[in-house]
Amino acid sequence: MLGLALLIWTLIPVYNMFLIALSDDGDEFTGLIWPEDWNWDSFRVVLMQDYWYLEHFWVQFGNSIIIGVASMALTALLASLTAFALGRMRLRHGWIVSDTALLTYILPNAFLVIPFVHLMHVYGLSDSVWSVVAAQVTFATPFAILILHQFGKLIPMEVDEAAKMDGATPIQVYRHVYIPLLAPALIAVGLYAFLLAWNDYLYQFLLLSSPASSTVAVAINQFFNSDEAPWNYMMAVALIYALPPVAVYFILRRFVRSGLTLTRLVR
Amino acid sequence: MSQPRREWRLRGSDTSWAIAFLLPYASVFVAFVIYPAAFGLWMGSDPKLYRTLFSDPLYLTTAFNTLLFAAVGVNLQIFGAFLLSGFFMQRGRFRRALLVVYLLPCALPALSAFVSIHYMTVSEMGFADSLWRAITGEDGPLFLVSRWLATSVNIAAYIWKWMPFWTLVFMAARWAIPAEVYEAAAIDGASRMDCFVFVTFPLLANVYLVCTLLAAIWAIGDFSTVYFVSYGAPARETDILATFGFHRAFDFGYPNQGSAAMMSALPFLIPAVILLMRRIRLTGVQL
Repeated sequence: MLGLALLIWTLIPVYNMFLIALSDDGDEFTGLIWPEDWNWDSFRVVLMQDYWYLEHFWVQFGNSIIIGVASMALTALLASLTAFALGRMRLRHGWIVSDTALLTYILPNAFLVIPFVHLMHVYGLSDSVWSVVAAQVTFATPFAILILHQFGKLIPMEVDEAAKMDGATPIQVYRHVYIPLLAPALIAVGLYAFLLAWNDYLYQFLLLSSPASSTVAVAINQFFNSDEAPWNYMMAVALIYALPPVAVYFILRRFVRSGLTLTRLVR
Repeated sequence: MSQPRREWRLRGSDTSWAIAFLLPYASVFVAFVIYPAAFGLWMGSDPKLYRTLFSDPLYLTTAFNTLLFAAVGVNLQIFGAFLLSGFFMQRGRFRRALLVVYLLPCALPALSAFVSIHYMTVSEMGFADSLWRAITGEDGPLFLVSRWLATSVNIAAYIWKWMPFWTLVFMAARWAIPAEVYEAAAIDGASRMDCFVFVTFPLLANVYLVCTLLAAIWAIGDFSTVYFVSYGAPARETDILATFGFHRAFDFGYPNQGSAAMMSALPFLIPAVILLMRRIRLTGVQL
């Protein structure tokens, strides 16, 4: 019974997305809970960029992918380097660094957006996807450091010491010992950074202005703020936009699960 | 859960290596945290801004909404996640398959999901009202016309989106509890409820606190839920600080007032982050 309730609770918003996307233009709000016919034309319109709000759809989709993948890679890199220095190099006051990273959360990302817009003008990154990547990496990294630092504690220090005895430098220990042992947790934090970037709308909306640099999230908002936009096209865009993170989730979920069960394995 | 650590002062080239490893993140922190934070604090530093804000009834409503959103939304989702993690830990193919579906909201973009929830509830022809009519035969409530119903929809949407993530975190924490602890409790005649109250909950209390603090910090700064689900309706009565500050800064053209509105959450955020840092440092929470 609980399982059925959870299934309905989880799937209703997804079902509603399909319900609107598969409706005829102008028939999105007829009060039906099951459409009379399934019209897939909205997906064709989106994929063929056959509507004036959607004429840059594939460029925007590419920009979303660049932001997601770059945020994922940079977060994993920065967090793993920091967590390695904190956890494996035995910094005497390493806790100061990890605490300072967490200070980022005193000002949540929505609160920093106003200064960020000014800041990106100063850095010459206005209307660049890299300004959004910088923002996403900034907010994903503290949590990623926390996770990697905690998982790193489960790897015995003797492993590093054995490598050092064999003449390995710290960068070799990082590359050939730490990263392979931490791979499941790294994939988990990479997935977290990707989803964080994919979930963002605020920074993309405020930092990206031209059609060539904007993203799918900005395009969806264009529909959302228009009274005359066809909702079925908008929901088709929203569903297509949902595909990459869902695909990444299904591909990486085994690794995430193994990352989360690392604790038990080590014990 | 943490193991004893040996720490000593780094010497010579080791120090250089440690600095080299820390330098990339330190640069990001200075460039993208310190600078904008200082700039934001400077923007919101004029006391007149706060006098204007505190005399604005809409700001007071917004501040109250933020507290309500964080307090109710976070506690319900963390407690729900804690209970559901136990449900999903039990064996069974149905539960395993259900877990895959249940975790979908984490992967779905907030924008897509929240826009869908907005259209479910925005009119009497939306899916929520249509379903209500199909089941009861009567017209359903207009969700986004009542302040309290719209706030409830915002909170429900927030829980829908983030409870699966915390469920996964609690599942990871439960996996870390050695099976021998439960075996010992079973030998002593403990029931499943006894195990939950006297074994699971005490062992996970610290994780529970850390999750609650993190979720509260994130909820206070959340933007997308209210912006896309209720859009502040009715008449901006369901705005929270992030959406209120955004509208003041970018729709009304008062960036300093927008910044001040967001900075007014600092008296809640600073103690929460300090408490979070202390808990993590003292206990080495295994998330």
